[in-house]
Amino acid sequence: MSDEQDEITVINAPVYLKYNFTAGKAPARYLTQLKKGVLTGQRCPKCSAVYVPPRGSCASCGVATEEEVELSDKATVESFTIVSIPIPGNPIEPPFVVANLVLDGSNISLIHLLSECVNEDVHIGQRVQGVWNPESEWDYSMNNIRYFKPIDEPDVPVEKIGTLPVTGLEG
Amino acid sequence: MKDIAIVAYQQSDSVSDAGAVNEVELIMPVLARTFEQAGLNSAQDVDFVCSGSCDYLQGAAFAFVSGVDALGAVPPIKESHVEMDAAWALYESMLKIRMGHADSALIYGFGKSSPGDLPTVLSQQLDPYYLAPLWVDSISLAALQARLMLDKGLITERDMAEVVSRSRRNAMNNPHAQLSGDISVEDVLAEETFLSPLRKADCSPISDGASAMIIATVDQAKAWGLPYVVISGIDHCIETHNLGMRDLTDSVSTRMAANHAGMNAGKVDVAELYAPFSHQELILTRALGLDKETQVNPSGGVLAGNLMMASGLSRIGEVFNRIVKGEAQRGIAHATSGPCLQHNLVTVLEKGENA
Ligand SMILES: [Zn+2]
Repeated sequence: MSDEQDEITVINAPVYLKYNFTAGKAPARYLTQLKKGVLTGQRCPKCSAVYVPPRGSCASCGVATEEEVELSDKATVESFTIVSIPIPGNPIEPPFVVANLVLDGSNISLIHLLSECVNEDVHIGQRVQGVWNPESEWDYSMNNIRYFKPIDEPDVPVEKIGTLPVTGLEG
Repeated sequence: MKDIAIVAYQQSDSVSDAGAVNEVELIMPVLARTFEQAGLNSAQDVDFVCSGSCDYLQGAAFAFVSGVDALGAVPPIKESHVEMDAAWALYESMLKIRMGHADSALIYGFGKSSPGDLPTVLSQQLDPYYLAPLWVDSISLAALQARLMLDKGLITERDMAEVVSRSRRNAMNNPHAQLSGDISVEDVLAEETFLSPLRKADCSPISDGASAMIIATVDQAKAWGLPYVVISGIDHCIETHNLGMRDLTDSVSTRMAANHAGMNAGKVDVAELYAPFSHQELILTRALGLDKETQVNPSGGVLAGNLMMASGLSRIGEVFNRIVKGEAQRGIAHATSGPCLQHNLVTVLEKGENA
């Protein structure tokens, strides 16, 4: 061994902290319904906007949301991206489509996968519906819906995206 | 320069486990009560909003952003955040007002400490380079400090127990306290040590909760017709992260901050000191030169409930409450951050008109 030591410029100090995470009262209600295969949102008592997944408040008005409303698993594409680069730890092989989807009956988009589609044909206003896993696999998770796929319904005009009732465009 | 005053202050109960609620659900009821106290509707009615919280408590990056969901930020509001106790959010808000960019501000702090192992979380939060790799938790560091005090003969375990006993008794009049009761010095001394020389009673409890405050220029407070308490001085000073280079038996930075804030310009009727450990209240009382003229921690202080990232703001709020109730004319509030009282903020509060 040499007497001379190299200057230490780097040390590894890995950090692991364990948490008992709680989603919150409003998200817990949402997840409980989701386990039963039901999509729900919460309506703002002030501006009537329906949030999904609900966080317990209307971010616009700053008031608590209480009223629970059942939503459709049909949705409209608000925006989307085609992912071409693999993401470390993500088992899905590119290219795949990730989209902001507004469920019928809600006013804010959630993010999910689009599949069983021609990626190049995906477009804003397109109508899609959730493809659910078998009931035996349902958990407190949005993964109960494997992905959304296009359905044969007319496109929603851009200005109407985010305003559809739970009964959809025709309703 | 515009004088600035506090017009409203509210805090949640200090609880050991808030259960299922998320941070937004923790904050919203406190904000609602604060707006009500000030006769305002929402964050739209103040010029600036600043919050204090710590993402390490939640274990999620940018977790503080979701706190904004409690505000009602449409149309857009002017909003900022400190990754610190909300006492420093108050400091930022005062700068904003002093610069003429706002006449009023909402300040709130929140912390849900129960999901993680708080003493370890704190060891990783503030200093990722020097002490964090050693994983020295906040209680162990405080225990070393208490040991120094005892070995030098500066305090006795009985002195520490007296702080605990007084805290628990004072907390019996604090509806938000987590720990309160008629506990004698002997009761405390009979408890076995937890991290020697500290007993569990010497350490503030793990708490969940939030607090909020509204400040405004004195002109604005008068226009609102609200009783107000003037913030006549505020300053903060920090000591080195290197514990070996600090005198842990004194709090030089607290004394400096108090001098800069003008504490000694008048009588101090009441002092709320953020001392997470009993011996630290003794260090702070001595560093500030407080005598029997000053009532220390009439709320019970943080030994009765320690809302991380809100307790510093709550100290200021407690002094505000005393002055508004007419129990004091002038007081000081202290907030701290970092191991062994590293970073300290002192606020001087004085009775305004109508208060
Ligand atoms: Zn709303």
